[in-house]
Amino acid sequence: MYLFAPYIVALPLAGFLLNGLFGKKFASEKISGAIGAGVIGIAFALAAAIFAEMLASPPESRSHVVSLFSWIAAGSLTVDWAYQIDQLSILMTLIVTGVGFLIHLYSIGYMHGDPAFWRFFAYLNLFIVMMLNLVMANNFVLMFLGWEGVGLCSYLLIGFWHDRKFDTGGYAPGTATTADAAKKAFIVNRIGDFGFLIAIFMIFQQFSSVRFDEVFLKASAVTVQGDKTMFWITLLLFLGATGKSAQIPLYIWLPDAMAGPTPVSALIHAATMVTAGVYMVARCALLYALSPATMSIVAIIGTATAFFAATMGLVQNDIKKVLAYSTVSQLGYMFMGLGVGAFTAGIFHVMTHAFFKALLFLGAGSVIHAMHDEQDITAMGGLKTTMPTTYKTFFVAALAISGIPPLAGFFSKDEILFRTFAEGSILLWLVGWVTAGMTAFYMFRLVILTFEGTPRWGHDKHPHESPVLMTLPLVILGVLSVIGGFTGVPQALGGSNALERWLEPVFAKATEHLTRIHETSVTMEYFLMILSVVAGVAGIFVARGVFSKPERIGRVPASAWYRLLWRKYYVDEVYDAAVVTPVVRGSEKLLWRGFDVNVIDGIVNGTAKLIDLGSQQIRKLQAGVVQVYAVTFVLGILIILGILILK
Amino acid sequence: MNLEPIVFIVTGLVALVSAILMVTRRNPVKSVLFLIVNFFCLAVIYLLLRAQFIAIIEILVYAGAIMVLFLFVIMLLNMGTEETRREGKQRRGLFAAFLGTAVFVEILVGLRLPTGEAESGISTSAGQMGTVESIGKTLYTGYIFPFEVTSLLLLAAMVGVIVLARRKIL
Amino acid sequence: MDQIPLSYYLILSAALFSIGVAGVLTRRNAIIVFMCIELMLNSVNLTLIAFSSFFGNPAGQVLVFFVMAVAAAEAAVGLAIIIAIFRNKQTVDIQDINILKW
Repeated sequence: MYLFAPYIVALPLAGFLLNGLFGKKFASEKISGAIGAGVIGIAFALAAAIFAEMLASPPESRSHVVSLFSWIAAGSLTVDWAYQIDQLSILMTLIVTGVGFLIHLYSIGYMHGDPAFWRFFAYLNLFIVMMLNLVMANNFVLMFLGWEGVGLCSYLLIGFWHDRKFDTGGYAPGTATTADAAKKAFIVNRIGDFGFLIAIFMIFQQFSSVRFDEVFLKASAVTVQGDKTMFWITLLLFLGATGKSAQIPLYIWLPDAMAGPTPVSALIHAATMVTAGVYMVARCALLYALSPATMSIVAIIGTATAFFAATMGLVQNDIKKVLAYSTVSQLGYMFMGLGVGAFTAGIFHVMTHAFFKALLFLGAGSVIHAMHDEQDITAMGGLKTTMPTTYKTFFVAALAISGIPPLAGFFSKDEILFRTFAEGSILLWLVGWVTAGMTAFYMFRLVILTFEGTPRWGHDKHPHESPVLMTLPLVILGVLSVIGGFTGVPQALGGSNALERWLEPVFAKATEHLTRIHETSVTMEYFLMILSVVAGVAGIFVARGVFSKPERIGRVPASAWYRLLWRKYYVDEVYDAAVVTPVVRGSEKLLWRGFDVNVIDGIVNGTAKLIDLGSQQIRKLQAGVVQVYAVTFVLGILIILGILILK
Repeated sequence: MNLEPIVFIVTGLVALVSAILMVTRRNPVKSVLFLIVNFFCLAVIYLLLRAQFIAIIEILVYAGAIMVLFLFVIMLLNMGTEETRREGKQRRGLFAAFLGTAVFVEILVGLRLPTGEAESGISTSAGQMGTVESIGKTLYTGYIFPFEVTSLLLLAAMVGVIVLARRKIL
Repeated sequence: MDQIPLSYYLILSAALFSIGVAGVLTRRNAIIVFMCIELMLNSVNLTLIAFSSFFGNPAGQVLVFFVMAVAAAEAAVGLAIIIAIFRNKQTVDIQDINILKW
C-alpha cells in the first residue's frame, strides 16, 4: 500500500496543473472546486489507507522508503526523489491532507464569486504538493525543495488580491498593499532559509550524505554530545525553523500574512506550513539530542516567543491578527516542548493545534464573510444569534486552545508544560503557565467581543449563517478538537498515550542521548494539571468580567504599556531602521550606483569606446588615394624583404 | 680593344639619366619621349647581352607601339602641364626619394652580389640562344601553352579596351 | 676589364627599378604613373635577360617575351580606363579620384 505514496503527491499536482492550465477555460466554480478539493480528498483517503496498513503491521516494519527517481547525481552527492513513509511522516501527511481537504471544501464556499477562483485552487493544490514533499522527503534536499515551495505558495496566496490596501509594518501607513505583505513573508523566510541551506551544506560536509537515515546513523555513531559542529548545524537548522514557524526573531511576517484570504490563513499559517519548522526539528531530533546547548536555545526561544506573542494578542482588534499572534504563541509552545526533549508532545500539539486553529480561522472567515469583509471586532458583537453554528464551533475551539479538559488542547499543552517542568526548568514552566492564562484571556475576549453582547454593527450589515459547504468543515473540525486529544492521554490519567507509543520508534535514538528525566511523582503531575486548568479557567473568567461591560469595549487605555503592546513593541520599526533601510540604501548607493553602473557598465561601455577609438584610427588606412596604398605596398615589401634578408 | 664596357657604361648612364628625367618632368609628352630614349638604351644593352630578338622586340613593341599609344592618349586627353603642386611637395619628393633609395639599397643587399659561375661572363651559348630561330623554337615547343594563353589574353585586352573607351558603354 | 660582370647589369636594373618606384609614389598624373610602372617592368626584363645570358638558359628570354605581351595588354587596358575616368571627372589627377574611402 505504501507504494502508492507518490500518488498522494501526484494527485494534488494534477489538480494544480488542471486548474492552473485550464481553470480559466473551465470558467466554472463547480469544476475547479471539485478538482481542487477532490484530489486532496482522494489523497487523504490514500494516506488513511497507508496508515491503516501501518497500524496493522508490527512496529519494526512500519518504516518504508519509496524512491521515485535519482534526482541529483553529482560526484559524491546523490539525492533521490524519495519518500520516507514512517510513523512521523504519515501522521503529518494525514494532518496536511485531512485538514487541507476540509479547508478546500470551505474555500469553495468562501471564494464564491471571486474572478480568480481557479487560480486560488491551483495555488492551494500546489501548496499541498510542496508541503507533502516536505513532510515525506527522505533527505534534506527534497525537504528543502518542499520548504522553499511552501514559501513560494505562501507568497502567491498572501498576495492573492494583490492590490488591496493593507497596513503592514515597515511601510508608511496607507501605502502598503497585500503584495507588500507577501513580499515581507517571502523575504523574512529567506533569511531563515539561508540558515537551513548552510546547515545542509555542513551536514553534507560532515556526513557525506543528505539522506536522513544515513545522516542520523553516522551522527549517532560518530558524534560526541556537545560537538561544536553539531551545535552549529542544529542552530542553523533552527534558524530556518524560526523563519518558517514564526519564532523570535523572524515572526514578523505572520501577522502581516493575514492579508491573504482566510482559508489561506487557516491552511498555511495555522495548520501546515508554519508547523514545518516543528516537523523539521522533530525529524532531526537525534541531531538536536546530540547538542544540548541548541536544545536549550530552542526551548528558551520557544517560551519567549509564546509569552511575547500572547502579550501582543491581548490588545489586537483585528480578528485575524489576534489569531495570528495566537498561532505564533502556540508555535512557541511546540518549540518549548521540542527544546526540553518532549518531541512527541511537540508533534501532539501540532496535531491538536491544527484542528482548533484551523477551526478558529475558518470560523473567523465565516464571520468576516457574513459581515462583508469587516474584520474589526470592536464593530461586531451579538453574532451568536445570527450565526449559531459558527458560534458554537468557535466556542469549542476557544475552549480547546485554552486548555480546558477533556478537549484536545488540554492534553497536548499540558503534556508540554509537564515535561518542561520535569526536565528541569521551573522558570520556563512558569512563563508557559502564565502564557496559558493569557491565551485563555485573549481567546475569550475575542469570543465575547465578536459573538456575545449587544450588536455594535450598523444596519448596512446583514450577517447570516454561512452555507453548508462552509459550516460542515467547521463542525468536523469541532469534533476533532474535542476528541483529538484522546490519542495522547497520559498514563497518569489512565490512558495509554497511544501517540507516544506510535511515534516512539522515530524518536528512540534521540531519547537515548538525552539526559534522563528526573522521575516526577504522579502527584506532581496531577498538581500541574490542575494548575493548568486553573490558569485557563481564570483567563476565561477575567475576560468575561472585563468585557461583559459594554463601555469597556473599544476603550483604549492611555497607558504606555498599552501603547507598547498596541504597536507590537515597535519591532517592525526597529527592524526597518536597523536592517531593512541600511540594506536598501547600501544596495542602492553602493552596489547599484557604485558598482553596477560605474564599474560593470563602465567596463562594458569602456571596451566599446576603446574599440571605437581604435577603429577611428584604423579606418584612416582606407584613404581613397591610390598612392597611399602604393606607399603601404612598398613599405610592406621593404619590411618583408628585410626579414628575409636578415635570415 | 673591347668596346663592350664602354658601350655599357655610356648606355647605362644615358638610361639612368633618361629615367630620372622621365620621372621628374611636368610635361607628360616630355616624359614619354624620355622613356622612349630609355627603351632604346635598354635595347642596346640587350644587344650587349646577345639577346637580339628581344632587343628588336623591345623597340618594336615597347618604344614603337606602347609609347605611341601613350602619346595618343595624352593627345586625346589634351593634357597640359601638371598644375602647381599643393603644399607638402618638398616632403613628398623627399619621402619618395627616401623610399626609392631604400628599395635600391635593400635590393642590393639582398642580391649578395654573386660570385663564381656568373663572374665568368656571358655564357658561350648566349649568342646562339638569342636568335629569332632559337627563341622561336623554344617558344613553339616548350612554351606553346603559355603562348596560346597569351594570345587569349591579348584578345581579352582588346575587347576590354574597346568597350571601356567608348563614349557610351553598350 | 674585358667582361662586364653580371652584377653591373643587376645594379643598373635595381637602380631603374628604384627610380620607377619613386615615380609611382610621387607623381600625381596617372599617365606618368603608368609610365613609371612600365619602367619597372623593363628593369625586371633586364634582369631576366642578364641572367638568361649568363647562365645560358633560354627560359629567361622567353619569359621576357611574355612579360612584354602582358605589359602591352595592361598598358592598353589601363589607358582605356584612364580615358573613361577622364570622361567622367575631367581630370587624371589620382589624388582627386578618392571616393572609395572611409
